[in-house]
Amino acid sequence: MGDHHHGPAKGLSRWLFTTNHKDIGTMYLWFSFAMFILGGAFAMIIRAELFQPGMQLVEPAFFNQMTTLHGLIMVFGAIMPSFVGLANWMIPMMIGAPDMALPRMNNWSFWILPPAFLILASTLFMEGGAPAFGWTFYAPLSTTYAPPSVTYFIFSIHVLGLSSIMGSINIIATVMNMRAPGMTYMKMPLFVWTWLITAFLLVAVMPVLAGAVTMMLMDIHFGTSFFSAAGGGDPVLFQHVFWFFGHPEVYIIILPAFGVVSQIIPAFSRKPLFGYASMVYATAAIAFLSFIVWAHHMYTVGMPIAGELFFMYATMLIAVPTGVKVFNWITTMWRGSMTFETPMLFCIGFLVLFTIGGFTGLMLSIAPADFQYHDSYFVVAHFHYVMVAGAVFSMTAAVYYWLPKWCGRMYNETMGKTHFWISFIGFNVTFFPQHFVGLAGMPRRIPDYALQFTDFNMMSSIGAFIYGASQILFLYNVIATIVAGKPTSEEKVWDGAEGLEWTVATPAPYHTFETPPAVR
Amino acid sequence: MSDQATTHEKYYVPEKSAMAALATIGLITSTFGAATAMNQATFGNGESSFTTMYIGLCIFAATLFSWFRTTIKENLAGMNSAQLKKSYVIGMFWFIFSEVMFFAAFFGALFYVRTLAGPWLAGEGEGGAWNHLLWEGFQYSWPMMQTPQEAVGGVSNQVMANMGTFTSAHKSMAFAEVDAWYQWLPMWNTIILLTSSGTVHIAHEGLLSGNRSRFNLWLGITVALGVIFLSLQVVEYYEAYAHFGLTLNSGIYGSTFFMLTGFHGFHVAMGTIMLAIQLIRSLKAGHFTSDDHFGFEASSWYWHFVDVVWVGLFLFVYIL
Amino acid sequence: MGFISERLRAIVVHAAALIATVLSGGALASGSKVNQMDMSPGVTATGQAIYDLHTAILWICIVIGVVVFGVMFYSIIYHRKSKGYKAANFHESTSVEIAWTVVPFLILIGMAVPATSTLIQVYDTEEAEMDILVTGYQWKWKYEYLNENGENVSFFSNLRTAQDEIYNTEDKGEHYLLEVDEPVVIPVDTKVRFLVTANDVIHSWWVPELAVKRDAIPGFVNETWTRADEVGIYRGQCAELCGKDHGFMPIVVNVVSKEDYAAWLETKQAEAAEIKALMAQTFTMDELVARGKNVYQGYCAACHGMNGEGGLGKAIAGSAIATGDLTKHLDIGVNGVPGTAMQAFGGQMNDVDMAAVITYQRNAFGNNMGDMVQPIDVFNHKKG
Ligand code: HEA
Ligand code: HEA
Ligand code: HEC
Ligand code: CUA
Ligand SMILES: [Cu+2]
Repeated sequence: MGDHHHGPAKGLSRWLFTTNHKDIGTMYLWFSFAMFILGGAFAMIIRAELFQPGMQLVEPAFFNQMTTLHGLIMVFGAIMPSFVGLANWMIPMMIGAPDMALPRMNNWSFWILPPAFLILASTLFMEGGAPAFGWTFYAPLSTTYAPPSVTYFIFSIHVLGLSSIMGSINIIATVMNMRAPGMTYMKMPLFVWTWLITAFLLVAVMPVLAGAVTMMLMDIHFGTSFFSAAGGGDPVLFQHVFWFFGHPEVYIIILPAFGVVSQIIPAFSRKPLFGYASMVYATAAIAFLSFIVWAHHMYTVGMPIAGELFFMYATMLIAVPTGVKVFNWITTMWRGSMTFETPMLFCIGFLVLFTIGGFTGLMLSIAPADFQYHDSYFVVAHFHYVMVAGAVFSMTAAVYYWLPKWCGRMYNETMGKTHFWISFIGFNVTFFPQHFVGLAGMPRRIPDYALQFTDFNMMSSIGAFIYGASQILFLYNVIATIVAGKPTSEEKVWDGAEGLEWTVATPAPYHTFETPPAVR
Repeated sequence: MSDQATTHEKYYVPEKSAMAALATIGLITSTFGAATAMNQATFGNGESSFTTMYIGLCIFAATLFSWFRTTIKENLAGMNSAQLKKSYVIGMFWFIFSEVMFFAAFFGALFYVRTLAGPWLAGEGEGGAWNHLLWEGFQYSWPMMQTPQEAVGGVSNQVMANMGTFTSAHKSMAFAEVDAWYQWLPMWNTIILLTSSGTVHIAHEGLLSGNRSRFNLWLGITVALGVIFLSLQVVEYYEAYAHFGLTLNSGIYGSTFFMLTGFHGFHVAMGTIMLAIQLIRSLKAGHFTSDDHFGFEASSWYWHFVDVVWVGLFLFVYIL
Repeated sequence: MGFISERLRAIVVHAAALIATVLSGGALASGSKVNQMDMSPGVTATGQAIYDLHTAILWICIVIGVVVFGVMFYSIIYHRKSKGYKAANFHESTSVEIAWTVVPFLILIGMAVPATSTLIQVYDTEEAEMDILVTGYQWKWKYEYLNENGENVSFFSNLRTAQDEIYNTEDKGEHYLLEVDEPVVIPVDTKVRFLVTANDVIHSWWVPELAVKRDAIPGFVNETWTRADEVGIYRGQCAELCGKDHGFMPIVVNVVSKEDYAAWLETKQAEAAEIKALMAQTFTMDELVARGKNVYQGYCAACHGMNGEGGLGKAIAGSAIATGDLTKHLDIGVNGVPGTAMQAFGGQMNDVDMAAVITYQRNAFGNNMGDMVQPIDVFNHKKG
C-alpha cells in the first residue's frame, strides 16, 4: 500500500477510481452543474412555450415531459448532488478528518448517479415519450396511464435513492466518528450540523420513496392494486407515501443551504454567529416537524377534517424554528463590520427571498386558503422562492466563498457581483408575477393558458431568460478562475472567516489532515 | 500537534480502486435489463428476456465478492484502526435503519388501507359517505376476501375505467382452523425464526468466549433454520397460489400480503447468505477472533432485524 | 425575422398594458380580470371568508417582513466596514431568543383560530338542497343531477375552443380555453353539493369564484359544496395534472335564477326523453355521418386527430379495425382497449351518438366502407 503522501493520479482513472473526498466532491459539483443546465434548458422550453397563449413550440404531451423532467432533474440531479459535493469537500476539512469515513463507498455513491440520470434522460427518446406525470408522479397517471418509459424512471429512482442513502450514511459516519479530538458536537461548524441532520432525513425517507416506486412497479407489471380502488387500494395512498418522503425532501434541500449561510454571514459580518445553540436546536426541530406535516400537499384530496387540522397546525409550527434562524442571521449582521463580496450578496439575497418564500409557504399551510392556492402558480412561485432563491443562491454563495480555497485562485469580483445583480433581478422578474397569476386562478402544469394571464406570463418568461443567461456568467467566472484566476496562497482567504478549513494551505492539499489538528 | 498524532491512530484511507466502477456497471446493467424485460412482458409483443439483468447481477455479485474480500484482507493485514472499525459499525447501523424505513412504507400502506381506505370504500366513516355510488354492495372486512370490483359484479359492471382485473382469494392466510393448528405454517415460521435469533446469539457467545466449535455449530444451526424458513415460505406461496387462489392479483390483500412477506423473505435469504458466508469464513479460513469479528456481528444484527420485522408481519399480516 | 418583430411588438404592447394595470392597483374586483393580481372573493360566503383570511395572513406576513427586513437593511446600511464600523462581539441572548420564539408562536395561534373556523365552514356539506355528481374523465367533465327531479339529466362538458385557436391559425376568442359545449347549471342562493369523482386518473374540480376545489379520485367520491349569491357565469379549470390535455378541460358553471333553473331542467328532461325516442329510430347514412362528425370532433379527435391521422391513439384512416370487422370496431368503441388510453365510451355517450361515430369512422378519412351501425345495434351489443 505504501504511503500516500503523493498527489492525485493522472488521467481518467484518477476520477473513475478515486477514493479522495475532494476528487469526489469536485465530480459531484460538476455533475450537478451539468444537471442544472439540463434542467434549466427544460425550464427554458417551458417558459418559451408559456411566453404567449396558444401552442407554439411543443405539443402538450411534450410540455408535460418537460415539466416532469425539469422538476426531477433540478431536485435530484442539480440541488441534492451539489450539496453532497459540498459536503464531501468541506466536512472532512471542517472537522479535521483525513477523508470521509468510507472512501470507497463514497466513490460508488457518486458513480451510480450519472448512469441513473442518463437512463432518466434517455426516456425522452423512448416510444411513448418520457414520464409526463409531474415530479410528484401521482398514481394512477403514473401507473395504469403511464408511458412504458415509466419502468426506467422507476429504476433510476431506485438507483439514485441508493446513491443518496450511501452518501448519507457516509456523512453520518464521518461526522460521528472522524471529528478531530476536541471537536465536540457543539463545536462543529453549522454546515456540518445541518448536513448531519439532513443525512439523517435522507436515510429515513429515501427508502420510503423506494417503497413508493416499488408499489408502482408492482401495480404496473405484476397486477397488484395498491393504487386502484377496484382492488381495494387507493390512489391517495400513493400521495401519502410520496409526501412522507416528499416533504422532508424539501428540507433536505434547504437545510444544507441554511448551513452555508450560517458559515458565510458571520465571515462577512466579522462577528461570531448569533445563537449557535439555538440554530442547532432549530434545525433539529425543523427536521422533526418535517415528518408530521406531509399531508399539507394534500389538503384538497378529501381528508377528514381532523387530519386536515392536524397537518395545518403542525405545518404552521415550522415557521417558529425557521423564524429563529432568520432572526439569528440578522442579529449576526447587527453591529457587525460588514463587507459585501459576492458570497455575502448571495446570502443576503437568500435571506430576503427565502423569507418571502417562507411567508408564502405559511400562507399555503392555512388549509382553507390552500383550497384556492393549491396547484396554482402561487405554489410554483412559493417553491421557486425557497428552492431557487433558497438553495441555488446559497449554493452559488458557497462556490464563490470556497472556490479560492479549492483552487488557490481568486474569482473576478466584479463579474461575481454582476452575476448576483442580474440573477437577483432576473429571478424576481420571473417568479414574482407567478404569485399574481396563481392568485388570479392559473393552474400549474398547463401548456397553454387563458388570455387574462398573458402579460404576467410574458414577464415571467423574459425574467427566466435573463436569469438563465446570468448563469453563463457564473460558469465563465468559475472556469476562468480555475484556469487563470489571480493566484492566492493566503490560508485565510477572507479575513472574517472562521474554521479549520481556513487553517490549511491554499489551495487545499490533496490530503488534508493526515494527523488530526488540535481543537480548543 | 505531534502529541495528538500519537494518541490518535492513523485512519486508513484506501488507494484508488476500480471496485466502485465495476459495481456501477453491474448495478446499472441489471436494473436496465430488468426494466427492459418487464416492459417487454407488459407492453411489448416480443419475448421478454432477463438475460441482460442476469449478466448485470453476476458482475455485481462478483464485484461485491471481491470488494468484501479486499476489505477482509486489509483487516487481517492489520490496516484497519479501531476508528475505522467504528465507522463500519456506524455504517451498518444506519443501513439497517434505512431498511427499517423501507419496510415502514409497506406497513404504512397496510395500516392505511386497513383502517382508512378499506372502510371508506364500503361507505363507512368520514371519507366514504358516497362511495356506495361506485361500489354498491361492497362490504369491508380484513382479510379482504371480496374486492370492490367483485362486489359490483366484475370489471364490466364497474363505474370506473378498467384498471385491471382483481379476483380475490377464497381462503385467507389468517389463522382459521383451530383443530388443525399444527398445519398453520406461519406459526412454525415464527417459531423457527425466533429460535434462530437465539441460536445466532449463542453462536456469538461462543465466539466471545473463544469457543470456536460452539460458534460453528450454532451458526450452522442458524443457517439451517434460515433455509428451513425459506423452504416453508416457498411451500406457503405454493399453497396460496395453487389452493387458496391468493395471488398478487387478489386485490389489496394479495398485494400487501405478497409484498410484505416477499420482501421479508428476500431479506431472510440475504441474511442467510450473509451468515453462511461467515460460517464458511470461520470453517475454511479460521477467521474471527473473540475481539474482532465485525463481519459476523453485522450479519447477526441484520438477522435480528429480519426477525423483528417478522414479528410485525406475523402480528399485522397473519393474526390481527 | 417577421416572427421576431411580431414578438417584439407583442412585448411592447403587453408591457404597456401591464404597467397600466399595475399602476391602477390591479383589477381587484370580482371575476378573473385581465392582469388580476390578487385572489378574488368570488360570489360565495365561503369565498369571502377565504379571501378575508388570505388578506389577513398576507398583511401579517408583510408587516413581519417589513420589520425584519427593516432591521436588516438598517444594519446593512450603517454597520459596514467601509464606514469604519467596528464589529461588536455578542453572540447570545437568552431573553431575546425566547422572545422571538414565543412571539411568532402567538401570531400563529392568532392565524390558526380563523383558519379553523373557515375550514369547518368549508367542510360543512350538510343540508344541501341538491346533489350533482361530477366525474372527471380524460379530458372532460361529466355532470349527473342526482335528486328526484333531476333524474336522467346527465351530460358531458367538453372544451369548446377550436383547435385552430389553440394552434394560432385563428384569432383567440374572449373566453379562450375557458369555454365548454355544455356548462353545468345551478340555481342561485341554493346550497349545492358536488360529489366529485373520476373515471380514470385524478382530476381536480376548481372554480375560483365559487371557492371550490376538490380532487376527483377514481374509485372514491369526495364531497364539497357551494352557494352562489349572484347569477353569472363562472369559469374554472382542472387543477390536477391528468395527462396530455390537462390544460384543456375547463369548467363552466352557469348560476341562474331559480325559475330559469327549473326551466332549464325541464328542457333537459325533454331532451333526455327525445334521445330515448331516437334510440328506437333507424337513421340514414347521411344522418349518421353528419351526427358522427360532431361526436368524433368532440370525443375522439383529441387522440385520433382531426383527420383520423392518429396521435395519442392509433390512426383511424386506413386502420385495420375501422376498415375491418364491424362488430370488432363497435366493440372497441363501446368497451375500449383495456390498459390503454382508449377508454370504454359505451357508458359515456348514448347509443345514437355511438352508432353515429362508428359509422362516421368507417366512412370518413378515406375509409369508404359503406356500412353503418344503428342505435339498436349498439344497444344489442351492450347487452351482449
Ligand atoms: C426548499 C424547499 C422548501 C421549503 C424550505 C419550503 C418551506 C415551507 N413550505 Fe413549501 N413547498 C416546496 C418546497 C419548500 N417549501 C415545494 C417543492 C412545494 C411543491 C411541491 C409540488 O407540489 O410540486 C411546496 C409546497 C408547499 C405546500 C403545498 C401547497 C399546495 O400544493 O397546495 C405547503 C402547504 O402547506 C407548503 C408550506 C411550506 C411551509 C409552511 C414552509 C416553511 O418551512 C416556511 C417557514 C419560513 C417562514 C415562515 C419565513 C421565516 C420566518 C419568520 C420571519 C418568522 C416569523 C413568521 C411568522 C410568524 C409568519 N409548501
Ligand atoms: C431546485 C429545484 C428547481 C430549480 C433550480 C428550478 C429552476 C427554474 N424553474 Fe422550476 N420547478 C421545480 C424545481 C426547480 N425549478 C419543480 C420541483 C417544479 C415542479 C415540477 C412539476 O410540476 O412536476 C418546477 C416547475 C417549474 C415551472 C412550472 C411548470 C408547470 O407547472 O408546468 C416553471 C415555469 O415557469 C419553472 C421555471 C423554472 C425556471 C425558469 C428556473 C430557472 O431558475 C432555471 C435557470 C437555469 C438555467 C436556464 C440553466 C443554466 C443556464 C444556462 C445553461 C445558460 C443558457 C441559458 C439561456 C441563454 C437562457 N419551474
Ligand atoms: C384518450 C384518448 C382516446 C380517445 C379520446 C379515443 N381513443 Fe380510440 N384509441 C386510443 C388509443 C390509445 C388506441 C390504441 C389502443 C391500442 O393500443 O390498441 C385507440 C384505438 C382505437 C381504435 C382501434 C384502432 C386500430 O386500428 O386498432 C378505434 C376503432 C377507436 N380507438 C375508436 C375510438 C372512438 C370511436 C373514439 C371516440 C368516441 C375514440 N377512439 C376516442 C385512444 C383514444
Ligand atoms: Cu383533468 Cu387535469
Ligand atoms: Cu411540504
